[in-house]
Amino acid sequence: MELIVYGIVNSVILIMMSVGFALVYGVSRVPNFAHGALFILSGYLTWIFLNRFGLPYILAILLALILITIIGALLYRLIIIRVRGMPVSEIIASFGVGLAILEYLRWSGLRGMTYMLPPFIPGSTNIFGVVIDYQRILIVIGGLGLLAFLWFFTTYTKTGLALKAIAQNERAALALGIDADMAATVAVALGALFAGIAGVFILPKGNIVVEMGYEVLIFAIAVSVCGGLGSWKGAIYASFLIGFAQILTVKYIASHYHFVVALLVIIAVLITRPSGLFGKQKELEERV
Amino acid sequence: MAELRKERLDRGVKVRADSIYAVSSMKEIMFLIGPGLALIIVLLVVPLLLTPYWQRVFAITGIYVLLSISFGFLAGYVGLVCLGGAFFVGVGGYISGLLNTVGVPMFLCIPLAMLLGGLFCTVALLPCLPLRGVYFAIVSFVYPLFFARLIPATGWFGGTDGLPGLEVFSNQWGLLYLMVGVILVVIFGISRLVNYEDIGLVFRGVKDNEQAIKASGLNLTWYKAQAVFISAVMGCFGGAYLTHMYGWVGISLFATDFSIMPLAATVVGGVGTIFGPLVGAFLLVPISEALRAFGTLRIVFYAVILVFFVVFWTEGLVDYLKRKYEQFEHWVRV
Repeated sequence: MELIVYGIVNSVILIMMSVGFALVYGVSRVPNFAHGALFILSGYLTWIFLNRFGLPYILAILLALILITIIGALLYRLIIIRVRGMPVSEIIASFGVGLAILEYLRWSGLRGMTYMLPPFIPGSTNIFGVVIDYQRILIVIGGLGLLAFLWFFTTYTKTGLALKAIAQNERAALALGIDADMAATVAVALGALFAGIAGVFILPKGNIVVEMGYEVLIFAIAVSVCGGLGSWKGAIYASFLIGFAQILTVKYIASHYHFVVALLVIIAVLITRPSGLFGKQKELEERV
Repeated sequence: MAELRKERLDRGVKVRADSIYAVSSMKEIMFLIGPGLALIIVLLVVPLLLTPYWQRVFAITGIYVLLSISFGFLAGYVGLVCLGGAFFVGVGGYISGLLNTVGVPMFLCIPLAMLLGGLFCTVALLPCLPLRGVYFAIVSFVYPLFFARLIPATGWFGGTDGLPGLEVFSNQWGLLYLMVGVILVVIFGISRLVNYEDIGLVFRGVKDNEQAIKASGLNLTWYKAQAVFISAVMGCFGGAYLTHMYGWVGISLFATDFSIMPLAATVVGGVGTIFGPLVGAFLLVPISEALRAFGTLRIVFYAVILVFFVVFWTEGLVDYLKRKYEQFEHWVRV
């Protein structure tokens, strides 16, 4: 029972970490290597608003999320837009931005026990005989909410449908008057927002440390590769696969191997099915 | 207001040096071989002028220069972005260190580490070679982090403590001039490889037009693997050299610095040039050493330079200088 409950929690955590990355890649073909940095930055901003400015927790979170969305949009508008279509430069530019953010935070003292976000609701409860704290339950609720929002957004709103169109067939979308740059800006901003939401939900579990930023990036990549790069539905299945694999490893082998699992999955998937376990190379509909 | 545009004209000496008249006088010959000669002389003389501390910095810079050349070669000529310089360094260093602990002498360890390390890295990266896109960058970026976790977790190869007490270079000059020699061989070797050898043409084809390579009946993955092997050998030499410079192997060999710095150096120097990475590394690493007091802020500094060059000054320093060297520029009325 414990395995199932913690497996689900871990899988939802992976979903939250990776869905933004998968979305951005799916829509704009930009591998956003600044993803982990945005994750940490949102936690850091929340901490600043909470402790330096003394704002209430909810307000601090909202402000941080708005800021992180704007940062995401600026990241695309100011930097990535100039290197569109050159995958090498896209990787280098976004990785450079992420590196600058993370190492600046490290320099300004983001390590050790200093920076901690309080859980939304302290305490823990009992589900099917498994002790679990409220924060983890909220993570599951938040993650599912995020997915519901994403589904609603890409199915019923005009902007969402535009994103879907761009992902499926960029030329046809352009011919229909969809602004590709605008759509990519929205996608990167949304990706940033999702990274931010993930940060705000997940970081109260532990300390805000810079290493977490790199870890999130790697998990996001592992999940996206496993699920087929750019397909966020594939990312969901892959999250459950890797999430449970990790929990099983921690339980039956040793806890420090759970990072190893992510890499082994990448390698195994690349050897056997490069388009991802659930991605079908030709079926572009799957991406958004 | 009159509109102006910049007109560029080749210098006379460049036009002559492109053709048979290159051998007509000393001036044209010097124009052609001058930059290479200057590089050789500078590399040979500089170590003599440095204090012992900066000589060590020079040796470390050399490691970064090799990594940068290997990165620039892969990115600019084969179209593979390798974010895993640290992987090459770590593998080379550990193999050399392990061989040394079982009694193999140092001067055998280093070549063996290059060969075995190159093979190991190539095999490890093999799964993502048939694929286009970001896979190679991703996997090569993950490997060093993976080993940096795996070694302390399992306690293999000395775990967190590493392997101390290895053989070191007994002679400071030997240390320095080994590096100078290797850099010169590598830089002129690679430049020859990509510009004059058949395989260089294939590598460019791999970068620019995979279909053409396949249509020519060449095995894409095999050529990519060869290119990765060449790069990995250079990186592994860097790692083995570092190991025997300090007489110690540890997980710091997998530090992200070894992956990031070559990237920054190549971008600053110019992607798609052979000498760009070298120039970039010789600029950035000493600056980084001088900025050591600022801690990780210097990584921020690189990252900002990196983004600036990628976004606003894509040609890089070497192409810019080359243009100034070969052409006149002036403004003319449109």
